[in-house]
Amino acid sequence: MAELVYDKTGRLLFTEEMRREYTVLIPQMLPIHFKMLEKVFRMRGYNAVMLNVSWRDIVSEGLKYVHNDTCYPALLVIGQMIHTIKYGGYDPHKVALLITQTGGGCRASNYIYLLRKALARAGYEYIPIISLNVSGMEKNPGFSLDLKFIRQMLYGVIYGDIIMNLANQVRPYEIHEGQTDALIDSWVDRLVKDFEVNKHSFRRAHIREQLNSISDEFAAIPVHRTQKIKVGVVGEIYVKYSPLGNNELEAFLRAEDCEVIVPGLLDFVIFKADNRVVDHYLYGGHRFTKIAGGFIQSMCLDLQQDLIAAISRHSEFRVPCTFMHLKSLVEGYLGYGNKMGEGWLLPGEMLELIDSGVANIVCTQPFGCLPNHVAGKGMIRRIKQNIPHANIVAIDYDPGATRINQENRIKLMLANARMAMKPSAAE
Amino acid sequence: MTHIGIDIGSTTVKVVLLDDMEQVTYQTYERHRSQVREKTSEILKTLEPQLRGQLVRVAITGSAGLGVANASQLDFVQEVFATAGAVEKWQPGTDVVVELGGEDAKIIFLTGGLEERMNGSCAGGTGAFIDQMATLLNVTVEQLDEMSLRSEKLYSIASRCGVFAKTDIQPLLNQGARKEDVAASIFQAVVDQTIAGLAQGREIKGRVLFLGGPLYFLKGLQKRFSETLRLSPDQAIFPENADVFVAIGAALYAKSNGREMTFEDLLKRIETASSQKSTTNTLAPLFATREEYDAFAKRHAEDHPPQLDVSAYKGSAYLGVDAGSTTTKLVLITEDGGILYSYYASNKGNPVAVVEEQLKEIYHRFGERVQIMGSAVTGYGEDLIKNAFSLDAGLVETIAHYRAAQHFNPDVDFIIDIGGQDMKCFKIRDGAIDSILLNEACSSGCGSFIETFARALGYEIEEFAKLGLFAEKPVDLGSRCTVFMNSSVKQAQKEGAGVEDISAGLSMSIVKNAIYKVIRAADPKELGEHIVVQGGTFLNDAVLRSFETELGTQVVRPTIAGIMGAYGAALYARDTAKRTGAKSSTILDQAALETFSYSAKSTSCGLCGNHCHLTVNSFGNGRRYISGNRCERPLGKEKRQDVDDLFSWKYEYLRSLGGGENRRGRVGIPMVLNLYEMLPFWTTLFQSLGYEVVLSPESDRKLYAQGQYTIPSDTVCYPAKLAHGHIEKLLDAKVDVIFYPCLPYNVDEKRGDNHYNCPVVAYYPELLAANVGRLAETTYWAPYCGIHRPHDFAKRMAAFMEENAGIPKAETKSAVKAAYRAYEEYRALVKKAGINMIERARKDGRRIIVLSGRPYHIDPEINHGIHEMIASFGLTIVTEDAVSDLVAAPSVKVLNQWTYHSRLYSAASYVTTQPDMELVQLVSFGCGIDAITTDEVRRILETGGKLYTQLKIDEINNLGAIRIRIRSLLAAMDARLEMKEAI
Repeated sequence: MAELVYDKTGRLLFTEEMRREYTVLIPQMLPIHFKMLEKVFRMRGYNAVMLNVSWRDIVSEGLKYVHNDTCYPALLVIGQMIHTIKYGGYDPHKVALLITQTGGGCRASNYIYLLRKALARAGYEYIPIISLNVSGMEKNPGFSLDLKFIRQMLYGVIYGDIIMNLANQVRPYEIHEGQTDALIDSWVDRLVKDFEVNKHSFRRAHIREQLNSISDEFAAIPVHRTQKIKVGVVGEIYVKYSPLGNNELEAFLRAEDCEVIVPGLLDFVIFKADNRVVDHYLYGGHRFTKIAGGFIQSMCLDLQQDLIAAISRHSEFRVPCTFMHLKSLVEGYLGYGNKMGEGWLLPGEMLELIDSGVANIVCTQPFGCLPNHVAGKGMIRRIKQNIPHANIVAIDYDPGATRINQENRIKLMLANARMAMKPSAAE
Repeated sequence: MTHIGIDIGSTTVKVVLLDDMEQVTYQTYERHRSQVREKTSEILKTLEPQLRGQLVRVAITGSAGLGVANASQLDFVQEVFATAGAVEKWQPGTDVVVELGGEDAKIIFLTGGLEERMNGSCAGGTGAFIDQMATLLNVTVEQLDEMSLRSEKLYSIASRCGVFAKTDIQPLLNQGARKEDVAASIFQAVVDQTIAGLAQGREIKGRVLFLGGPLYFLKGLQKRFSETLRLSPDQAIFPENADVFVAIGAALYAKSNGREMTFEDLLKRIETASSQKSTTNTLAPLFATREEYDAFAKRHAEDHPPQLDVSAYKGSAYLGVDAGSTTTKLVLITEDGGILYSYYASNKGNPVAVVEEQLKEIYHRFGERVQIMGSAVTGYGEDLIKNAFSLDAGLVETIAHYRAAQHFNPDVDFIIDIGGQDMKCFKIRDGAIDSILLNEACSSGCGSFIETFARALGYEIEEFAKLGLFAEKPVDLGSRCTVFMNSSVKQAQKEGAGVEDISAGLSMSIVKNAIYKVIRAADPKELGEHIVVQGGTFLNDAVLRSFETELGTQVVRPTIAGIMGAYGAALYARDTAKRTGAKSSTILDQAALETFSYSAKSTSCGLCGNHCHLTVNSFGNGRRYISGNRCERPLGKEKRQDVDDLFSWKYEYLRSLGGGENRRGRVGIPMVLNLYEMLPFWTTLFQSLGYEVVLSPESDRKLYAQGQYTIPSDTVCYPAKLAHGHIEKLLDAKVDVIFYPCLPYNVDEKRGDNHYNCPVVAYYPELLAANVGRLAETTYWAPYCGIHRPHDFAKRMAAFMEENAGIPKAETKSAVKAAYRAYEEYRALVKKAGINMIERARKDGRRIIVLSGRPYHIDPEINHGIHEMIASFGLTIVTEDAVSDLVAAPSVKVLNQWTYHSRLYSAASYVTTQPDMELVQLVSFGCGIDAITTDEVRRILETGGKLYTQLKIDEINNLGAIRIRIRSLLAAMDARLEMKEAI
């Protein structure tokens, strides 16, 4: 069994030996993206497994080991991990946990610490935790991020975004049920294999080709387009994306005969890079952070151009706008220094959705989410004032919040949407 | 054809039939008592004679209707939508619709831009809330309504949440406020919540239509709405069919959109639906078999007090009274703790009358046979009862409970008490109370919730509890608070859960709330080896069983669990009498009791700006007792000046700032959040630039109410909400500029990994800009500032002032320098004042409390005078920012990235090195970051052998509960000191 090694501060390290022997558990957030991430990790020699457990048990584990006033995502992610360790059939002495760490001013930066506290309380102090971050925090001998790894993950984001985007536009109208989901699976496999075997998988030209083929293949799915209500989902990143966090919001909306639009993850990545450039502008500081932020940003912006170009190949698709355009929409709402959590990106996404004709929006947040008091609920009034047809409902998610309460409010938003769609029906 | 509208709410089912002429031919409004599908089916069956063989169209609406509609595959129409349709048809010309239901509140603005609003998840409780309040006052809803019409004055009651409102009402009742006034205040709270929480700044004016059961039945509520909104009788419309209006809307919807079907088909669908149960979140049953329960019951029956022959006993006796928040308990014991007489019942809002009656009963029953040698009282009503009946002693609840638990298990090391309103847990170490955990608002009322709920369903509590014992599939109802549980019940009902499953589920929820929210334990080992549980709620076997199961351990529950506080008080009275050798008790004797009279009058104290609501209780013969006061002045005594209090010192110092010569204009600074500590900085900066600085006035409830209508998020902390009122005040003051900068980063004190402000503090200025419409009246400066980098900040601020006010850069740069100096001076002054106070306290032999929180907790409206109350016990008060520098930053197990919060960890670490200091942490309700800091501060203190005391503060002002906490802390400190001296 692997020896437990600690660093100077007493932090348990993930060693080279563990890398060989341990299973690395990864929390689930975005089903398509994380499936790819899981495979990228495996390709890099980690025995990675993405967590997948039904929600109620997770909540009780979370409530047990995490301060109950902590935000819901922390409760779920930690609950999910502890539940898997206890009942998932793994040898607890042979698992490691992976969690992301952003280092921003929100509570989310504390998740890794809360996870450690929870593990200690549950009697699993010996389980190492790997911090996934690009800021150089908490290094581990058995885990390293090289540029290639980072790029693979980044490409995973791009591919995940385009697949999610197109699938959402095709699935509600597909003639043969299940065809869209089958194409998703097929592409995830193909893309990961491509990373593995294709030496040119990082070339921009190759990525363009891949994005184009994805777009073409989704466009080729036979559809019958009818008029459906389009609903955008925005909010705190975890509850926005994770079906576990939002009580399967997307599935609910689909069952209500809506087309769901969920903004991609790439904008969030660019947003975080952009923050560093903005910070430098607002407060001064080392030029290096500005340059590094700017470098990542421009790399992502190029990729976003390719993604947009690929989707534009087919006129039936709604094309997402560029990050820069999105950023310009926020003017008059929030300053660009608003960066904790989703910061200005959140009203930005709402405005972009409305701008492109999707006026019906569910704004999701964990109950009591601090940044969203301002960036989410705090912006709705001004948006409605400036754009009267905006139809936004804010929904809180929490272990105690009931689905019926949430769904009833969403139904009201949908009733308004239906009325707006067929003005004659209201008379 | 007949068109059927079915509206299924959280508590009632409404069914309406419309004919083709859209005339109502039938309507009914019935409580479903949780049996949603059965009730709906039952109502429809009664219609069979008239509808047999006919074609119908049907639509279902309402919060509990969705599930029925899905299960029976009938059309569903969202209730607000249904309402809007009906209003258009029958009440044209309506401008606004206000609809209150069992748990939802809605407003529909019809003219000037259609807009519909529903309450958020946290503001739940309108009709159900009124029901709960009526139960609390021990009246029916109809009586509550009648009483409210005879009110003379209104109290302010927190309107945001039913749990909070209850916390406000309880002390009023205990202090003897008139029930009529409380009743009207309850309705006013509902009105305030509707206006502030729902309308959020959009005016409710023109013709207003009021709908829903509560607004249909309750005249008092109608009156409060009309008066508050200043509506004339022809503007306030209370239609005759307000109770079934939404069902009419559904029927109307059915007429134009519904599918045709035969009545028999409809009946079949509903019946099929009512036989389906699809409850998803179920838990394991409490008892698998009858035998299991019998063994459990037998084990717990063994823990009882000494038995005796009550009718034959002669001699000394000791009286203990526990005047709790909802119940009064009374016990008369013998020398060895045997029970001569006991009483446990609701205090019916008047504990004095209950005690009077019981004392008479005791004198009558025992006569000369028994002499009361000592008497003591504990609980919320301690002072009132002690004064009313001249009892010998009063003691804090925690001590009373410990004393009683000890009687049943001398080795007890953990006690949990769940009463009607409060939960209390404490650990015992080496014979002294070690750590005290009391519930915060969100766990309030868990105990009485089951009872209220049982009664609403038409059961007595004992019967309801029994139903749960053998439930096969208890439902999981969550554990956040009773409002959420209520809403979960609604979901369970929708899914067809039965009463027994709900009963068991409620017991489990309450236990989980206690274990995970109050005790914060994951493992019974964290509690202790000898656990005693008590409080009336534990007499419920379902609750007791849930507790043992959840913790996986066995506990002691005395057979007198419900009266342990009174029992402890009686034991205390006995011990005190023995120690002092008293020959008799000072308690009113039989003769004195005959002339006893009691009346209560409420008044406002005018001696200072707090304007405390006082209740003057008179007991005949000129004896009186005043309650509701924060200080001693209304009692005719001078305010204590001799105790140092850094809270007041800081506040007075900061309030004295501002002013200056007006060369360039008047700049207004709101006294909120981080602007407290940064005030010396910004005032100096603007004064140096030739501005007169105008500070917003001292916060109070009125100022809060003035800004309440622009608050977009109900769940943000109170200190942030107050900012809206401060901005309004500055706008009223007509300053030229309002300045409130965004500061994501705070000053770097090098005590942590980073130096952020919390997201709310950092960005609230932007929220105000987007929500306070009046800000357009003036210039509002809310630039992003990086004060953590003085050099860069000077450059950027200079550019800002040049661009916005045409001030030469050099001038601003030197003003910035002065600002930094002023800030440093202020910080140094605070530290120096703190050290002086500590030295003085030591010279005078006073103990010291480090009252910690955030710099803005010195706002009197935020802390509700807690510091004065603590100081009134003779304790010196210093603050975390005065002592955090006296020690090296401790290593912590969290990411230490917020400046204000880093000080907490340092202060806690410092306190562990000082034998005469304790730390009390103030936490604003809704502060997400304190979910992280509180556990860590507690860990630092407990590792260092100190007690951890947390006080949650919010809009509600519940000093009664806080007083108990502080007294418990003092008692524990005393016990520890005694122990040390003994060694």
